[in-house]
Amino acid sequence: MEVLFYIFAALAVIAAISVVAQRMPVHSALSLIVVLCSLAVVYLLLGAEFIAVIQVIVYAGAIMVLFVFVIMLLNAGREVPSHRSRFAHWLGAPLVAAFLIEVLFAIWQQFPTESTRPAASLNAGPAAIGHLLFRNYVLPFEVTSILILVAILGAVVLAKKEF
Amino acid sequence: MATYSDTGLLLLITLIKIAVVIVALFTAIAYLTWLERKVVAHIQARWGPYLVGPHGLLQPVADGIKFFLKEDIVPLEADKVIYWLAPFVGFTLALLSIAVIPFGESFTIHGHTISFQITDLNVGLLFIFAVTSLGVYSVTLAGWSSNSKYPLLGGLRSSAQMISYELSLGLAVVGVLMIAGTLSLRGIVNGQAGFWHVGGIRTFLPHWNIFVQPVGFLVYFTAAIAETNRVPFDLPEGESELVGGFHTEYSSMKFAMFFLSEYANMITVSCLATILFFGGWHGPVFGPYALRVLLPVFWFCAKLFCFLFFYIWMRGTLPRFRYDQLMAFGWKFLLPVGVLNILATSFVVAWISSS
Repeated sequence: MEVLFYIFAALAVIAAISVVAQRMPVHSALSLIVVLCSLAVVYLLLGAEFIAVIQVIVYAGAIMVLFVFVIMLLNAGREVPSHRSRFAHWLGAPLVAAFLIEVLFAIWQQFPTESTRPAASLNAGPAAIGHLLFRNYVLPFEVTSILILVAILGAVVLAKKEF
Repeated sequence: MATYSDTGLLLLITLIKIAVVIVALFTAIAYLTWLERKVVAHIQARWGPYLVGPHGLLQPVADGIKFFLKEDIVPLEADKVIYWLAPFVGFTLALLSIAVIPFGESFTIHGHTISFQITDLNVGLLFIFAVTSLGVYSVTLAGWSSNSKYPLLGGLRSSAQMISYELSLGLAVVGVLMIAGTLSLRGIVNGQAGFWHVGGIRTFLPHWNIFVQPVGFLVYFTAAIAETNRVPFDLPEGESELVGGFHTEYSSMKFAMFFLSEYANMITVSCLATILFFGGWHGPVFGPYALRVLLPVFWFCAKLFCFLFFYIWMRGTLPRFRYDQLMAFGWKFLLPVGVLNILATSFVVAWISSS
């Protein structure tokens, strides 16, 4: 199981780097799908089958399909560096390095001790999550769905104006 | 505590199961293509394949050899990596979903219980939905990477269609889930054993979900046909408008993979319809032990065959939808009906559990 974790964690990191490194938008989107699927496998190894499957259905199977769809519809070709921003050219790499060191430091401080390991009796089945969502967190859940509904209506109104 | 030999034995049993299922699935796919040609031919008052073997029974073998020997042409302007990847992704995903399908009950041999299923996930149904939702990429990317106009249009059409109908497909099964109370496919089938009781009296109707979820079944099967890109919803490969749709530029084995994955998806979707609505492997079981073990598998296959025949029957009967009709039907009719079905079912379930 440990071996599987390292394989898929490495795959997620490599694919994530590939998302920014690729010049073709479709290749970037595909790399992002690989990231999401490897994360799903990591969830699965933690014993959260439901979250893993939902991760694939929602992110890889629905949201990324729309990304790929739009990229195809616009027929977006190879990206060319614009060389316009001097600021990005000189400061980009040091800023990324600083951020990376900060994140690594934060992770190092919380390096897995026994207390941060997932409990063996982690109950992340559909029934447990359903109880939490519809009993304890029913208000945030409903508010989120109204928020999404408003966003959908907004998108429809904006799209209608075009015609 | 499982000892080393137990783990080894489990692995061996699983490997054997996978081998048996894969061989059976490939044979089923091969003879499904034969059945389709034969049935459609008879619907149109033709003979169909007749020359290779008795009644053309060796036609799938001849087709396979032909696919292997054809030249593999890759368009010059294609995105090579994705062009290669698309058929493999589609084929792998089409085979993957069969892993959680239960074909029958279990049997005991030398004290080991072996079930007719590769693995029983407790989120089996969602696993199948996850795999099918990824299947869109194969079609979309095949259309895009060919770098040609007709495949691109076919790919765009099919991704729009598959996203739209996936919603109805998901909503249609929620009613069944509320009745079954589990996401495990084995659990759903187990809940359909026996007969319906009306007012404490046993009726002759088997305890299948179809009798309480007819609307859910109709929505499910309609959406499933659209999801597998079959007539009357086979817009992505409408020959008369798009040449061959997303796989126009594919040839040889890569084309065969698309072809095979279409049939594998048909089988998966029909398996799911059998499990969710028609009681899975349940049916009259009698006789000695071996017969009692094998009869459920037979009933499962018989139900599966009915669905597959229905698929082919429809292909021989119905004309193709227009694209705007297809989208309007999916969003303005099928989706609301699915939502209403969920509402009605949840009211009834709540009423029964409270009284």
